[in-house]
Amino acid sequence: MKDKKFIVTGVIIFIVIATFPFWYNRGKAAPAPVPQLTEKAKAAKVCVRSTEYMKAEHMQLLDLWRDSVVRRGDRIYVSPSGQEYTMSLSNTCLDCHSNKAEFCDRCHNYASVRPYCWNCHIDNPKEKT
Amino acid sequence: MDSSRRRVLQLLGLSSLALTAKPVFNAFAKEQAHAEKTEPVIKESEKALKAKQWAMVIDTREFHSEEDLKPLIAVCDKIHNVPHLANKRHEIKWIWGAPYHNTFPDKAGRFLSEEVEHKPFLVLCNHCENPPCVRACPTKATFKRESDGIVLMDFHRCIGCRFCMAACPFGARSFNYRDPRPFIVKIDKNFPTRMKGVVEKCNFCSERLAVGQLPACVEAAEGKLHFGDLYDPESEVRELIKTNYTIRRKQQLGTEPSVYYIV
Repeated sequence: MKDKKFIVTGVIIFIVIATFPFWYNRGKAAPAPVPQLTEKAKAAKVCVRSTEYMKAEHMQLLDLWRDSVVRRGDRIYVSPSGQEYTMSLSNTCLDCHSNKAEFCDRCHNYASVRPYCWNCHIDNPKEKT
Repeated sequence: MDSSRRRVLQLLGLSSLALTAKPVFNAFAKEQAHAEKTEPVIKESEKALKAKQWAMVIDTREFHSEEDLKPLIAVCDKIHNVPHLANKRHEIKWIWGAPYHNTFPDKAGRFLSEEVEHKPFLVLCNHCENPPCVRACPTKATFKRESDGIVLMDFHRCIGCRFCMAACPFGARSFNYRDPRPFIVKIDKNFPTRMKGVVEKCNFCSERLAVGQLPACVEAAEGKLHFGDLYDPESEVRELIKTNYTIRRKQQLGTEPSVYYIV
């Protein structure tokens, strides 16, 4: 045990380095972003489904829409409330949520997900002319 | 009371089962409470045009020069965000003009009429009844739609392998070697663009048929193109095929093209 002091010092240095990111960033966690609603979205009050459903399942909903429109040609979605919608990301979703940067991107960036919708779909039908 | 070892073990087992049952029931109850009252319904628009197999009849007697084809090609490019790339090898084509000997290589004689030899013929995806591109696609990105016979592309699924381009005997498919967006003259916001690495082609304006409109080229041609159901004996296209001599491209290959040419 004559190397005890070296071993202990080494272990302490290792622990400090290994836990560095945790204590260095302590208390600096970025708050979860809140999606911003446009005036039009606020006025509409309801989306195609309930807010909780849209928060949790919008990707599944979009996936369903995509398959239905592209592969079967069925383009009308009758929501549980009886309202009819045309299933279109650019023309229906982004018609209300025309603020992609504040509505979509903030949460996607926070959650570090990179959906490739916008490689093809026009991201902001209302903004650009 | 008989409290044998076996009895105690049985009781323990039963009570642990009861303990696990409660959270399960709770989860079910929560699900029930959350579920919206009715299920959403997905349906077709009432305005949608329907057919067993869409077909086109092109009256080539009405087209004499490149100028006659131009408005048709322009309207298609405009509404589908088809890019204009200067490099021939990167060109994207949905509908275009080709000389007779390329359009009907099997029917090109030695001494053709001057007019036929020099005028362009309108060519596009033939929406074959037996499409080789569909068989070649490893991801089912391209498929023949059961409901109306259109050969469609699901760009989301296309992996860009280009087997379909090799399989198509009509060269109706183009590959995006580059990001097409900078080359689109004016982006139409109602239709998506494509991205680098996918194949694209004419879709018989399925997005227009779905809302009760005829394909854009047919509309722009003002009666020189005819569109209808091949399997409806009363349809305009059937009437034209019945009363005129029509040919199809590379018919001997057996792909059964749905685009007919009156010559």
